[in-house]
Amino acid sequence: MAEFVDITDVVCPVTFVKVKVALEELDDGQELQIRLNGGEPVQNVPRSIKEEGHQVLKLTQNEDGTYNLLVRKEGD
Amino acid sequence: MPFTNEQLERYSRHILLSEVGVKGQRKLMNAKVLIIGAGGLGAPAALYLAAAGVGTIGIADADEVDLSNLQRQVIHTTADIGKAKALSSKETMLAINPEITVNTYFMFADASNILDLIADYDFIIDGTDNFPAKFLINDACVLAGKPFSHAGILRFGGQLTTYVPGQGACYRCIFKEPPPKDAVPTCKQAGVIGAMGGVIGSLQAMEAVKYVIGKGDLLTGRLLTYDALKMDFRTIRVPRRANCAVCGEHPTITKPVDYEQTECDLRAD
Repeated sequence: MAEFVDITDVVCPVTFVKVKVALEELDDGQELQIRLNGGEPVQNVPRSIKEEGHQVLKLTQNEDGTYNLLVRKEGD
Repeated sequence: MPFTNEQLERYSRHILLSEVGVKGQRKLMNAKVLIIGAGGLGAPAALYLAAAGVGTIGIADADEVDLSNLQRQVIHTTADIGKAKALSSKETMLAINPEITVNTYFMFADASNILDLIADYDFIIDGTDNFPAKFLINDACVLAGKPFSHAGILRFGGQLTTYVPGQGACYRCIFKEPPPKDAVPTCKQAGVIGAMGGVIGSLQAMEAVKYVIGKGDLLTGRLLTYDALKMDFRTIRVPRRANCAVCGEHPTITKPVDYEQTECDLRAD
């Protein structure tokens, strides 16, 4: 079961900061489920996660307009 | 303890940096840095370290804020004239960042108090304005095994070096002893451009932050000089001296010593 973090309560760049904090607490290979808003977060957060070397596995849209992003932590 | 959303926002620009991240920010929040002198150098250093969230900052100065300080000592305001500099500094630091702890020391460092003063701190910033204090801080940090940032500013010039125990020259390796009295003028006699404190004091804060997070190369074994008029930064390699009186193989200085300093000089800046 993937860990979960909700970043719909913050705006850029704290969105990615919150993801970063959540990822730091995971072991390599563990998955993180992220709930995020459309617009800027969904445009920027997946890209920032890739830039840090992690894997973006799946992005799905929810009925309320938010998104779910599944990522896997990769080691340094 | 997890970060609050406010902390994540306050420190977001740090946490975004791969060299800092959550771990580095936690190190900063657990760090203790002492600033000796709340003047031209100490003011910007204190502002940046407080803003960075350095958890405990000590500020030592026996002076009061004077109108002539305000041209460069940007942590004090006109309303602070007459107030103890250590207190004025504390108030500004806490206004920027109420999360930190600021310890005030209303004293000039001397041979009798310096070792107690630095004992609880991880890194020391020399923001003093006179040679006796600079040699005192160097000797005490070498003897106590504490890393510190040395800096000096005068007119349009500044210099900087970082000492870490076992890693290169100490201040006394570079300059054996204080120059003869009146050989070098003080800021009060010679003047100093206000922004010089901002440049060099900010570099001292940068060295403290890098030391705490453990990233990058410190200015150990090197002396940086800045000539503002020529807009020239240089770093000169400075070797450790085996016969240095305090950090050498056979040290003759085994406890802090006071050099002669007149009352007038002590109040110079």
